Amino acid sequence: MRITQGTFSYLPELTDEEITSQLGYALGRGWAVSVEFTDDPHPRNNYWDMWGLPMFDLADAAGVLHEINECRRACPDRYIRVCAYDSRLGRQTVALSFLVNRPADEPGFRLGRQERADRRVRFTIHPYALDRPAGTRYSP
Amino acid sequence: MTDRWSAGVLHYAEMGYWQPDYVPKPSDLLAAFRVTPQAGVPPEEAGAAVAGESSTATWTVVWTDRLTAYDHYQGKCYSVEPVPGRDDQYIARVAYDLDLFEEGSIANLSSSIIGNVFGFKALRALRLEDMRIPPHYAKTFQGPAHGIVMEREYLSKFGRPLLGATVKPKLGLSARNYGRVVFEALKGGLDFTKDDENINSQPFMRWRDRFLHCMEAVGKAQAETGEIKGHYLNVTAATMEDMYERAEFAKELGSVIVMVDLTAGYTAIQSMARWARRNGVLLHLHRAGHSTYTRQKEHGVSFRVIAKWMRLAGVDHLHAGTVVGKLEGDPGTVAGFYDTLRCHQAEPDPAKGLYFEQDWVSMPGVMPVASGGIHAGQMHQLLHYLGEDVILQFGGGTIGHPQGIAAGATANRVALEAMVKARNEGRHLLAEGPDILRAAAKHSRELDMALSTWGDVTFDFESTDTPDVTAVPTLGRGA
Repeated sequence: MRITQGTFSYLPELTDEEITSQLGYALGRGWAVSVEFTDDPHPRNNYWDMWGLPMFDLADAAGVLHEINECRRACPDRYIRVCAYDSRLGRQTVALSFLVNRPADEPGFRLGRQERADRRVRFTIHPYALDRPAGTRYSP
Repeated sequence: MTDRWSAGVLHYAEMGYWQPDYVPKPSDLLAAFRVTPQAGVPPEEAGAAVAGESSTATWTVVWTDRLTAYDHYQGKCYSVEPVPGRDDQYIARVAYDLDLFEEGSIANLSSSIIGNVFGFKALRALRLEDMRIPPHYAKTFQGPAHGIVMEREYLSKFGRPLLGATVKPKLGLSARNYGRVVFEALKGGLDFTKDDENINSQPFMRWRDRFLHCMEAVGKAQAETGEIKGHYLNVTAATMEDMYERAEFAKELGSVIVMVDLTAGYTAIQSMARWARRNGVLLHLHRAGHSTYTRQKEHGVSFRVIAKWMRLAGVDHLHAGTVVGKLEGDPGTVAGFYDTLRCHQAEPDPAKGLYFEQDWVSMPGVMPVASGGIHAGQMHQLLHYLGEDVILQFGGGTIGHPQGIAAGATANRVALEAMVKARNEGRHLLAEGPDILRAAAKHSRELDMALSTWGDVTFDFESTDTPDVTAVPTLGRGA
């Protein structure tokens, strides 16, 4: 399966040039860009690992792309996302967030059904990858 | 000179309801009315009558006024201006002291301002155009149960409009078939699906069965996409007790959102908003019935007032027009509705129909919903006119796709993401939109098919509710 989290998951994978263009948009609006990675793609997993701090003082898209590529080199089989953060009063939240790397094989999610009284079923989802220990989840 | 206190009938203007020199206090609630007086009624008297009948006055002098500090409680009409090009219409601005209103009650606010006065014989027609809610009063309301920022963080969806669809046909599907539509649409790429306003608990599908099947569809779609999905479960019912029962059941099944209709009434909506805040469930409001009083320009209540009230009342979503779809919506007027729902501070803007400034004092925004006769081929216009914090709902434009519902959903999602990407790249949406869509369709058969099915469909009718470019309100900032 293909996880469709992030702003551009229904498009072909963005090229570095296209990523740079999106970074330029974010930086041009004064948003701080950060890079995060994970091997737990559950949609309720908010706290991915941070590849360093948000780059508050970096205004150059090429510098961000460099960090993305460093993160890709270190974790080629993880999900990596770029987040742009809008710190203006009234927002103070993520403004843009898209995947720039995904594991070669995405096994997807198991749908859990907890059957209860009077036809009620509580559904849960569980990433198959989580059945393996952290650090080995997407390794061949 | 007439004695103010002699028994009998006096003109409202002579009873203190016309005060052209009055300077509104920062804490005053202000209202702009479009007044069409009966022949022979001077506009100032008409404005004073509106101020009087929406505050303390009755048709005759009453000595019991003198038991009160009546001047404090009187509504004060402080300005009457002719509407350009309409020689029988005037915009009357009225200031009300805050003591006239109960804290945090839309029912009380609306009973005061639109209670009796709209049937007043001396006026041929009357429309409440806009209202300034002072911070002192805004702060007595809960406001959106979660608001735009919290909703995005809760769903983990950023940087693009959200996508939805209303299940069709809106009446007659069994619960099992209904859930099929929900599953296909969410699996294909929509974020939300929606009950329609008139889906409650009918003989062909009872609410409990619908909730069970829809939540199975939501759970399965989440597993197939790795995204959070939702279905607006409509909990509208005959009594609050029924509504709470349905909402509790939705929450227990894990739904992220429930929905209520405007027809349930302001108090029911405020109650549901409190429930939604307490229980961590988003609240969608469908504006069922509003066009009966919002659409005609001469008489009724503008939707921008309803939007303001509903933000105070505390909903997270509200339908607010599409500009390009099948339902009423002049671009300037719709922009005014969207500003009212989303902005933290708005300035008076006659081109958007905004008569007053409005400071929301950090009250979160409401996510506007665009629904009704829109399709993927209009994506550039939708993004241009409506912006990013909006839910675009394609009902027919999803379910009517020739390759099926999931394909329809995918077409919409591809079109949306391609358009956001292009916008961020600095491309001109209105000029290049069709090219951007055609390019995106090269890697999406679903979008290609959607464009060839609906590409040319437009609903090009004249709007009835358009802004009159009136003089900029005399009231400055800070007043």
